[in-house]
Amino acid sequence: MEEMMYVSISPHIRAKEDTRSIMRDVLIALCPAVVASVLIFGFRALLVEAFCVVCCVALELVFERICKRPSTIGDLSAAVTGLILALNLPVSIPLWQALVGCAVAIVVVKQLFGGIGHNFANPAMTGRIVMFLAFSSAMATWAPAATNPAAGLGSWYSPATVDAVATATPLRYLKDGALGGDYTILRLFLGTVGGSLGETSALALLIGGCYLIYRKVISWHTPVAFICTVFVLSLLKGGASFAAAEIFAGGLFLGAIFMATDYATTPSTSAGRVVFGIGCGLITCLIRFFGSYPEGVSFSILLMNILTPYISKWTMSKPLGGVKQ
Amino acid sequence: MGIKLLPGVHAPHRKNTADMEPVRMPPPAVVKIPMSMNIGRPATPIVKPGQKVAVGEKIGEAGGFVSSPIFASVSGTVKKIEDVLLFHGGTCPAVVIESDGEQTLFEGLQAPEVTDFDSFINAVAASGVVGLGGAGFPTAVKLKADPAKVDFICVNGAECEPYITADTRTMLDNSERLVKGMRMLYDYYKPEHVWIGIEDNKPKAISRLKELAARIDGVDVYPLPAMYPQGGEKVLIHNITGRVVPEGKLPLDVGCIVVNPTTLVTIVRFIETGMPLVEKVLTVDGSAIKNPQNVIVPIGTSLRDVAEFTGGFREPPKKIIMGGPMMGIAVPGLDEVVIKNTNALLFLNAKDAVLPEPTPCIKCGRCIAHCPLHLMPADIETAFQMNKPEDLKALKVNLCMECGCCSYICPARRPLVQTNKLAKGVLNAYNAKLKADAEKKAAKEAAGKEASA
Ligand code: SF4
Ligand code: SF4
Repeated sequence: MEEMMYVSISPHIRAKEDTRSIMRDVLIALCPAVVASVLIFGFRALLVEAFCVVCCVALELVFERICKRPSTIGDLSAAVTGLILALNLPVSIPLWQALVGCAVAIVVVKQLFGGIGHNFANPAMTGRIVMFLAFSSAMATWAPAATNPAAGLGSWYSPATVDAVATATPLRYLKDGALGGDYTILRLFLGTVGGSLGETSALALLIGGCYLIYRKVISWHTPVAFICTVFVLSLLKGGASFAAAEIFAGGLFLGAIFMATDYATTPSTSAGRVVFGIGCGLITCLIRFFGSYPEGVSFSILLMNILTPYISKWTMSKPLGGVKQ
Repeated sequence: MGIKLLPGVHAPHRKNTADMEPVRMPPPAVVKIPMSMNIGRPATPIVKPGQKVAVGEKIGEAGGFVSSPIFASVSGTVKKIEDVLLFHGGTCPAVVIESDGEQTLFEGLQAPEVTDFDSFINAVAASGVVGLGGAGFPTAVKLKADPAKVDFICVNGAECEPYITADTRTMLDNSERLVKGMRMLYDYYKPEHVWIGIEDNKPKAISRLKELAARIDGVDVYPLPAMYPQGGEKVLIHNITGRVVPEGKLPLDVGCIVVNPTTLVTIVRFIETGMPLVEKVLTVDGSAIKNPQNVIVPIGTSLRDVAEFTGGFREPPKKIIMGGPMMGIAVPGLDEVVIKNTNALLFLNAKDAVLPEPTPCIKCGRCIAHCPLHLMPADIETAFQMNKPEDLKALKVNLCMECGCCSYICPARRPLVQTNKLAKGVLNAYNAKLKADAEKKAAKEAAGKEASA
């Protein structure tokens, strides 16, 4: 008698990329932003980032143990959530507050809705928003950045400060109509300005974004639609240099490249992604121009997350040769 | 040319055997020839146990219009006629022939006289040819079309499945017959063009056929980018002619006919020599096989005999696929036999036999972006799990050609093709119920009318 053969439905081969390799690519793409955060804000940046990653992974592990679900920390998605959350926090954030953010992201937003792929809002971003509302003063204390990043090396906080004191972020100035203080567009692009850890350096985020598009982890549709919408609306409002400042300031690149492209919470067709990006840009500008908060990226993404099921419905792909009945 | 090509996946090519001319295998001790090797009605055996047969002698009569005759692939004695299990379920009779090793040709072989369209179709029917590239639909039925309706004939030389090079070899080793066949089609149908679409990973076949086609009017080579599933019928038609076959229609409804090159060569061989379809070129490959190669095998030979002839296994095989790795069928064992539309045998080792475990869908949209027919497999899966046949209907799961791109590309390893197959069943049951309900309602209304009248 011969040994039994495996039988299964075709196809009998699979592509190399799996969930884990995709998440690993996202982590790689975030590396430039991590490096920039250390250069700009000092070594405490790395501490916050490592802390959030460890917390998110540990929380996922513990939660899945308690619920007797198979562990999914191997797919690296919890690590990605932790890192993105950290990059949304100021360098001076108390660690216990960061832990609360991680718990909201992993336990409430991700696991209670059924784990990876089932959440309706981006975990990291929702964690940030909850922290923003709960710890508003710590979350709005922006340590000034090193103007000369090389000098930041070897220091705990950025050399420009001993104590974190609130500085006006570029967006504060833009709210009043134009860049002020000693901010320039070049500094905004490089990221040597006050802000949360990972959002300031548009350059570093752009490098990561290009890597993700090259690796086909994300499609260009959402980030391009999002950023272009903000640019065009700002151009209409305040001219070219205002528009340039608007797109490089605040969390636009971080949000557009890494959070508005989250798979589970955004549409899955190209058309849907363009609509999603435009919607995000629109809401961001409305908040930035007319709202009481200087920044609107997170709120815009959250609002669009909620609209995602409807956008998906309108932008279903059309089957080839399909006939309406 | 301005046709936006349909999406697909860059499956690995693994055309290890493309440069290996097929070797003819000596007849095995016995062959077992099933009477159902085509879509449609099976053939009826017309031989008796103990009867002597020769190569090319008819042993099964076509069982109706959508059917195809069957011929002895070896010379020898009919041992018995037994029922065999078909791997898609069901049984059919099979003629078991003990070979005498002589391969004597049947004396009655006679080249048919082909002078016009009707005699051409009769010859195709008599040759026993079925769609050799895929499902095995009787070719004569497909070709019996009103020539006035045919604008394009596409010979499907894409051979987009990984590993398989059987058609590639046919295109190289029988290029003259192939071009002659294309010219025949041109003469009998008078279409605008007869194309042969070939993926650009087969440069030798392209240049060889271009050379021959250059001398003949109306016949041309159409190189296509190597992208699975370029050889899917609807995909090929779209990518060459720009036409879309609508739901529930045939290629002919948009003026196209697609034929496989090996099918065409077999028809021409029959018209030239009277030798019907009795043997197949097969690619034998896979991680468990010792010497990957192309072989010419009598129909009805068991997989065990084929594997032994090629030199046996490097490692014990754990999965056997008839066909390619994207759409081929995994069969339960080495006792299965080569049939008319078999074009490859893949033997996989333990490592390749087991597929990775599925993990939760991460909604990445890859399955949607890569579906050649623009379907939404992730949404089909959700609709299936939630048991929503009306959603399955809207998502058009019935159009799915089971090409496998979605399952192949899914990073969460979801078995999407399998789900689609099951979902089609659910949708069919739902449609049948809708129809029955509508009929019941109509009957009631009619009865009501009568009563009131
Ligand atoms: S490719 Fe897989 S993981 Fe991605 S959306 Fe489709 S089913 Fe989900
Ligand atoms: S849904 Fe069907 S047609 Fe589309 S990729 Fe999957 S198997 Fe192919």
